[in-house]
Amino acid sequence: MSAAEEVVAEGHQAVEAVPKRAMTLGTGTSLLVLAVLLIVPVFVKNFIIFQMTMLLIYGLAVLALNILTGGSGQFSLGQSAFYAVGAYTSAVLMEYFNVNYALTIPISAVVCFGFGYLFGKPALRLSGVYLALATFALATAMPQLLKLNFLEHWTGGVQGLVVTKPDAPFGLPMSQDTWLYYFSLAVVLAIYIFSVNLLRSRSGRAFMAIRDNEIAASSMGVNVALYKTLAFGVSAGITGVAGSLGAIAVQFVAPDSYTITLAISLFLGMVVGGVGWLPGSFVGAAFIIFVPNMAEGISKGLSGAVFGVLLFAVIYLVPHGARQIAIMGQQLVGRLRKN
Amino acid sequence: MLFERTLRTAALVTATAVITLTSGAAFAQKKYDTGASDTEIKIGNIMPYSGPASAYGIIGKTEEAYFKMINDKGGINGRKINFVTYDDGYSPPKAVEQVRKLAESDEVIVVFNPLGTPSNSAIQKYLNAKKIPQLFVATGATKWNDPKNFPWTMGWQPSYQSEAQIYAKWLLKEKPDAKIAILYQNDDFGKDYLKGTKDGLGAKGASMIVMEESYEVSEPSIDGHIVKIKAANPDVLLIYTTPKFAAQTIKKTAELSWKPLQILTNVSISVGSVMKPAGFEAAQGVLSAAYAKDSTDPQWANDPGMKKWNEFVDKYMPGADKSDTSMVYGYGAASTLAKVLEMCGDDLTRANIMKQAASLKDFAPDTLLPGVKINTGPTDFAPIAQLQMQRFKGEKWELFGEIISGDIATE
Repeated sequence: MSAAEEVVAEGHQAVEAVPKRAMTLGTGTSLLVLAVLLIVPVFVKNFIIFQMTMLLIYGLAVLALNILTGGSGQFSLGQSAFYAVGAYTSAVLMEYFNVNYALTIPISAVVCFGFGYLFGKPALRLSGVYLALATFALATAMPQLLKLNFLEHWTGGVQGLVVTKPDAPFGLPMSQDTWLYYFSLAVVLAIYIFSVNLLRSRSGRAFMAIRDNEIAASSMGVNVALYKTLAFGVSAGITGVAGSLGAIAVQFVAPDSYTITLAISLFLGMVVGGVGWLPGSFVGAAFIIFVPNMAEGISKGLSGAVFGVLLFAVIYLVPHGARQIAIMGQQLVGRLRKN
Repeated sequence: MLFERTLRTAALVTATAVITLTSGAAFAQKKYDTGASDTEIKIGNIMPYSGPASAYGIIGKTEEAYFKMINDKGGINGRKINFVTYDDGYSPPKAVEQVRKLAESDEVIVVFNPLGTPSNSAIQKYLNAKKIPQLFVATGATKWNDPKNFPWTMGWQPSYQSEAQIYAKWLLKEKPDAKIAILYQNDDFGKDYLKGTKDGLGAKGASMIVMEESYEVSEPSIDGHIVKIKAANPDVLLIYTTPKFAAQTIKKTAELSWKPLQILTNVSISVGSVMKPAGFEAAQGVLSAAYAKDSTDPQWANDPGMKKWNEFVDKYMPGADKSDTSMVYGYGAASTLAKVLEMCGDDLTRANIMKQAASLKDFAPDTLLPGVKINTGPTDFAPIAQLQMQRFKGEKWELFGEIISGDIATE
């Protein structure tokens, strides 16, 4: 084996093989989490509900990346670009064409799926760090593309677009925030179930076969090119939905909202949550939303450094992220039961 | 008859007494909204302490220090200022999250001097819907002066567009046959200047402007752009850039031994961080406009206002770099808020704060140029609207001409 081949082989092992059973939570735990998510908003302030909505939205974006990286073994630092396309699709449709906010979400999904699929085509030739770099370029270019003069009429250029927040329908007695939370929860739940089933299906097995060994997968009859681009498309589509929900929740889209920082945050959320463990996506999202606030609380001037230290501690103590903690918890429960 | 008269007198006396009592009570009555009490006024703020615009974070720190000074002196009308400031990393979604935290969790009475056009655009609708003042925003975009649609939002500094119009008018008068090249940053800041210049030049703009060149804030150097502009051979160069690029531009034109008339945005007029690094030799004759005093300019060494500023920095921000214009800015903005809160007296409701902010008359913070005064009204939500032209000579700016008012109406 030549040195170059070794590098390539190593690249394939960068994403650790996660058995598909280990990708989800047990039914009991899932229902418990769902019950908590349903009940909590009744007791907390609107601001907390807003934060929980953002948690669901970022969690969805991290989940999309998790399908791509944890599922099919492809890296992406360009998720912010798909998020931006989703957000702008919703914002433009709602503000210029008076489309109902709920209808803009499937449209965003389709637009972003197409965008991701097309981007996935040329990216097929790239793997590992090279793919990461290509997607990085996409993320860096996106804010500037949104500022282009000929798009300015639609995107509002650097000034961005203000989005109107929807009221609860059918005269339901709840605030806009609460309604949006339950609406997001329903969308997230549907996509979560779809993702779990996708990874358990024939396509999911194909993704994982490619992740574990591309050559073996192709000799088993898996259409590598098709499934790799498909994974990109699905991931981009889900990210687009997250972007749409994000635009509605924040009520504003601007190029500065979707910089490379967002892409890196999402990547970070995936690693902290555990690569390939879908429920971990939401733990990762909680990390990227709340830990910077905690770091700021500790020291304003050094918030970046404190955040770095916390991140370092997580990576060092639990390298497999939240998944590792969950497994440890499970083992502990098992041992207690035996005693 | 007598009885009747007595009754009437008694009634009159009682009525007078009642009126006196109630009006007396009204005078003494203290009115508070969420975030204010007998002992405290809670002020919220968001700043980019991290991220691409973190250099501006010093504004938030200056304001924090300023309110500490106010508290040490006994507060405003006996109430201490509790200044709550959060990091938004110059990201609009984060700004929304932090402002909601300020409004709903910390329950501040006003959101003061939030920085950045994107962040302010993101929170404007929310704050106006909640009727929380978004007071003295730290951005020069023109859209903040819109009391009809956004009665809870007010700017502070002169708008970029009005400043650009002043340059355009000056050029039309002094150099009507100029061939103008414009170098601008490709964002809201640069484009506002571009628009202001074009509006100011009017119909003549098309023939006068020979080149518009933009750059991205992420570029390491703009030397290439300058060479390109020189090739078009303009005789006036408008420099609408942030400080680092302004220094590079002035330096590069000198290196090319090219001497166009250079006009520099007010954002980049710091002697310490622009003119000195560019080289005083190269910077001779550069024009600009100003509304605040430059902390590094020796002509203000004995100015009473700047003396106060120097004492403040020495005591409350020891070790800070005095050449940073953000510290002059933060001081000016914070003292404007202090003035408004003082005017509110014991009526600390959000509505009264907006009312008082819209009734500033000839207020002159320590750090503004002599003659530049803050004036607002129910239909004028642009506190600082005056600038004075200045020319760089020797190692300092020399003001010339009269103070020009650049008020422009919003669309």
